[in-house]
Amino acid sequence: MAYDSKDTEAFKGVWVFCEQRNGEILNTSFELLSEGRKLADELKGELCGVVLGKGIKEDALKNLGGYGADKVYYCEHDLLADYTTDAYTKVITALVQDKKPEVFLIGATTIGRDLGPRCAARLHTGLTADTTHLDVDTEKYKEFLRTSSTMDVEKTPFKVNTNLKMTRPAFGGHLMATIVCPRFRPQIATVRPGVMKKQDFDSAKAAKTVIEKPKVELSKADISVDILEIKKTAKNIVDLIGANVVVSVGRGIGKDPKAGIKLAEDLAQALGGVVGASRAVVDSGWMDANHQVGQTGKTVHPHIYVAVGISGAIQHLAGMQDSEYIIAVNKNPDAPIFGVADYGIAGDLFKVLPMLTEAVKAAKGSL
Amino acid sequence: MKAIVCVKQVPDTSGKVAVKENGQLDRASMMTITNPDDLNAIEAALQLKDQTGCEVVAISMGPPPAESMLRELLARGVDKAVLVSSREFGGSDTYATSQILAAAVRRVGVGPEDVVFCGRQAIDGDTAQVGPQIAEKLNLPQITYAADIKKEGNTLTVKRMLEDGYMLLKVKTPCLITCIKELNEPRYMSVSGIMECYEKPYEIYNYETLKDDPLIDKDTIGLEGSPTNVYKSFTPPQKGAGTMMEGADKAACEKLVGMLAEKHII
Repeated sequence: MAYDSKDTEAFKGVWVFCEQRNGEILNTSFELLSEGRKLADELKGELCGVVLGKGIKEDALKNLGGYGADKVYYCEHDLLADYTTDAYTKVITALVQDKKPEVFLIGATTIGRDLGPRCAARLHTGLTADTTHLDVDTEKYKEFLRTSSTMDVEKTPFKVNTNLKMTRPAFGGHLMATIVCPRFRPQIATVRPGVMKKQDFDSAKAAKTVIEKPKVELSKADISVDILEIKKTAKNIVDLIGANVVVSVGRGIGKDPKAGIKLAEDLAQALGGVVGASRAVVDSGWMDANHQVGQTGKTVHPHIYVAVGISGAIQHLAGMQDSEYIIAVNKNPDAPIFGVADYGIAGDLFKVLPMLTEAVKAAKGSL
Repeated sequence: MKAIVCVKQVPDTSGKVAVKENGQLDRASMMTITNPDDLNAIEAALQLKDQTGCEVVAISMGPPPAESMLRELLARGVDKAVLVSSREFGGSDTYATSQILAAAVRRVGVGPEDVVFCGRQAIDGDTAQVGPQIAEKLNLPQITYAADIKKEGNTLTVKRMLEDGYMLLKVKTPCLITCIKELNEPRYMSVSGIMECYEKPYEIYNYETLKDDPLIDKDTIGLEGSPTNVYKSFTPPQKGAGTMMEGADKAACEKLVGMLAEKHII
């Protein structure tokens, strides 16, 4: 049957684009599959992982089932080993046109955000960017609003439907918008890495995963961009997002950045976490951009977030305000960071941090 | 040859963000600025002009007040500005916006040696979709997240940032590049630029101007032509005030850690 994105009835199932780099599937794919599993159950459809690459191990593909995938479409080709917009868009749009998924989730990585819009434009459908919450069921959506909005849910009329309700922050998190794509399929969303919870790995389900290898038609002539080099400069891209504890430093370390970072590292080590940074720190060259938390950096929601010498600009808050417990140390007692902090100490970080680290070590009995 | 830059006027979200009681953004009470990433795109185009003497054309879709932003860009050294503005274009999502902008870019004309620049994303919507969608509509190769661009003849070598490093990519013109902050330091307006900015070519493309382009169809532009709609918008609840420690000494630190341990936070 011919492909028509307006024929909404023809589309079934939930897909997750499982991005790989260097043959390794990114952690965010597991988060998306876990979320996709719930959506697929509500929509009574299959959950499929989509992997494009070259020489991906069968175990790695089967593992996607361990996070919820019923089936994995593995598109293998020499020209898919590394990401190019042209090749990936061609292969993915052809597969979508053939199989017609109802929902398609893509991690909002720098690659997912390149690929998503190109595919949506070619498929003539809608794309919601950087979503942080997904619902199908209207009642569940209302439940979400009761805890996450100031809206009077009981007094607000809702259209009941099974469209995917894609919620995303706008304007630095000051406003949330729930977007729907009612007239076109697939409903595509890029999803912020780190916000969806990864479910426990189910090895029995992994063993049962069906792997299908669609035929890939691709030639050099399809690709207009040449990859000259791929260079990895940072050690780990998931450290910060997956961390349980994040100790972030801001402009407040300016007096002696090196010493400030060291003190934050000591506290992070005592708490079993990693060190993050505000944009000011990255812009000043004190730490590299890989550590940046915030609207233009990474979104984290650790168990404990310690903001050290961070004033709390909304761009920073957008990346960490969903942390379970926020502890702020800042010289200025009026800093906006104290407005979101669960616990605050107004004082000089260079004096407070060593004492705090000491106290944590003592409490954990590791002295 | 030409460098065509798509720019957007946005509310300054780094200042006070005002939200109306009904949950909508109170745009009227906010300052407007040129979208920061777009200034890097303008600078990239101006550097190309410094290097090759090419013409730089800025295109913006928006309401008539966006003229002030376009005049500022003319004062920075842009040669020609185009405002794409029409009631028919209102309410467009990224899909519809890219249809309209692609038609406008095509009207300006993309020659074999030309480059289209966009910012990576606008700070009001944060979608980062319009650039790639314009590239798709015009069937141009795209490179997003550009942190370094070198042009030799009709070949561009671009450093494209990833989370954990970068890719070095080579592409031939015509192509579309989306720019990030790391690419360059945008220049200021010059006094002579400000004096001349009202003399430079300034055009408005409305629905009538663009309606013959195949991309401009009632089904693909404006509110009607937008695949996505806002279902609800709302403001998140404010978090209650936390516990401030008295003092900043050893006792305060120990007390804080004590409370954390007691509540099993650590």
